[in-house]
Amino acid sequence: MELLVTLSVGVLVAGGVFLLLRARTFSTILGLALLSYAANLFLFASSYVRTGLAPISSLKDVPFPDPLPQALVLTAIVISFGMTGFVVVLSLRAYADLGSDHVDGGGDLPADAGTADAREGSG
Amino acid sequence: MSHLPILPVLLPALTAVALLIFARIAIATQRAISILSMLAMVGVAVALVAEASSGVPLPYYLGDWPAPFGIVLVLDRLAALMVGLTAVIGLATVLFAAHGWDLGGRNFHALLHFQIMGLNGAFLTGDIFNLFVFFEILLIASYGLMLHGGGRERVGAGLHYVVLNLAGSALFVIGLGMVYGSLGTLNMADLATRVGEVGGGLDAATRAAAMLLLVVFALKAALLPLYFWLPRTYGAACAPVAALFAIMTKVGVYSIVRVYTLVFPGDAPVLDGLPGQVLLPIALATIVLAALGALAARTLRGMVANLLVVSVGVMMTAIALFTEEALAAGLFYMVHSTLIVAALFLLIELIAGERGEVRDALAPAPQVRHPALLGTLFFVAAAAIGGLPPFGGFLGKVYVLQSASGAPGVPWIWGIVLGGSLLGMLALARGGSAVFWKTAVEEDADGGTAEAPATEAPTVGPTWSVPHGVGSTVLLLAAVTAVALLAGPLARYTDAAAAQLADPSGYIGAVLDGGPEVADPEGYGG
Repeated sequence: MELLVTLSVGVLVAGGVFLLLRARTFSTILGLALLSYAANLFLFASSYVRTGLAPISSLKDVPFPDPLPQALVLTAIVISFGMTGFVVVLSLRAYADLGSDHVDGGGDLPADAGTADAREGSG
Repeated sequence: MSHLPILPVLLPALTAVALLIFARIAIATQRAISILSMLAMVGVAVALVAEASSGVPLPYYLGDWPAPFGIVLVLDRLAALMVGLTAVIGLATVLFAAHGWDLGGRNFHALLHFQIMGLNGAFLTGDIFNLFVFFEILLIASYGLMLHGGGRERVGAGLHYVVLNLAGSALFVIGLGMVYGSLGTLNMADLATRVGEVGGGLDAATRAAAMLLLVVFALKAALLPLYFWLPRTYGAACAPVAALFAIMTKVGVYSIVRVYTLVFPGDAPVLDGLPGQVLLPIALATIVLAALGALAARTLRGMVANLLVVSVGVMMTAIALFTEEALAAGLFYMVHSTLIVAALFLLIELIAGERGEVRDALAPAPQVRHPALLGTLFFVAAAAIGGLPPFGGFLGKVYVLQSASGAPGVPWIWGIVLGGSLLGMLALARGGSAVFWKTAVEEDADGGTAEAPATEAPTVGPTWSVPHGVGSTVLLLAAVTAVALLAGPLARYTDAAAAQLADPSGYIGAVLDGGPEVADPEGYGG
């Protein structure tokens, strides 16, 4: 079981980092999603992997796993889900505004476009 | 139990929710709510600083859960100082934005208050997972603020900023998993007691967790390999947002100070001084590269963003020494540099608004319409950020250099801090002369009077009969001057804050011993 969890985290991180370094926003977002899955799985396993226990118990002699990482991972999942939603919308906006799904806005963005474009929204 | 420590989180949260509910009411009402709330926030911050000055950390047990089990907020001198700094910059930002910069999107004020909530929460929390949650709150608000107003450059820079910070958040979660896995708790005071006792096979995991968290905090603080996002992001954000973001890098600095004095102190046997050894060269290299970046900048904004990174490098140089004196110097310098950078971002927007198409680029342009006023303000601000004698930057740097005098590698520290300051001054001199003296042919005849023709205002932004928002800039510059005038009391405060940090037993004792009684301690065993 430990091996399975470890391998899953490792594969997810490897895939996530690889995709994160790609040039297109779509693969970058997938990479972020994989990376956050890996982080959540890792956090979930942070109080050791135990199988075959009652989820929770108030009896002294019935062992149960530490509930805290479950609460933590729930928080982390909600946050990473919200953030992924945000970055999807942002990348769509970037695609519409920049005319390219390249994370650097394709080759067509002048190096100092800020002088002309930052003005648009300052009021 | 005093409810004071929760107010800096509660007040902006309620304000932001109210602003969301009434999102469709007149913008004037929204501004009034926003400004009143920020004024109240300043009042709360004053009360917090007064309370923290007593010297005893004040814990606040959320839901009245006992300390290592529930989340706890802790008000100590450092937290109160950071909340106060946030309140001053927040107030100036809101006042400035109310002159028309908040019209680029409907929820500017709500997002701004969520950001303030996240900042205050991060400064006050005594639980390391809760620190992550407040980081995320301030980050998601900052994503919205960063994109406020839209536009190609902003969306492009915003995408990088968001992706980078999401990757940072994933690292943060992994680091927290390792902290919990190796030490079995997330309460910072409880962690501090356990990190000394860790042994066996968990040494390496603890060390890795500490260093992983350092990477995350260095990303937020904008230290060397991880600062390249900052100049572009801050250059693209609209001016009041950039000014508010000046405090955001300090969240990273604050976290480094808090975590590596309390949870993972350098003298813990498991770490053996590792954080300081890693941080010092990184901080010095940051100064060098960012100072060169300031020289190479093609816009005033880009220059100030690089100078912000230089100032982070200087304060991290002091903090990386992890002595009581150096911490005090770093904190003192942080107060000054944060205020002056925020003031400069606002001032540059005023200058840029009067230079037509060129904005703040270092290129010939028509004379600004208020050359005397803006020129004087820029000169004062440049002298202050460059660290010239009458201002707190000078005192702060002297203080930093003095505190480093006993440390190994003093020649490097002195040389690089002073050399970085020199390069910064050169950059500012070049920027100031390019903007105020190298004017294009069509000069304005009535230089500096209030009746500048409105037809000349080519920007989409507010029209400039007098430079609107100059009040906020003056407010921040007044705060900078106050740092210089009240340097004595402020230095005594930062000295006391550093003393509190250097001896965390008071913090640990206040948090772990002060809480409500555990009814049945056995029942909590995992």
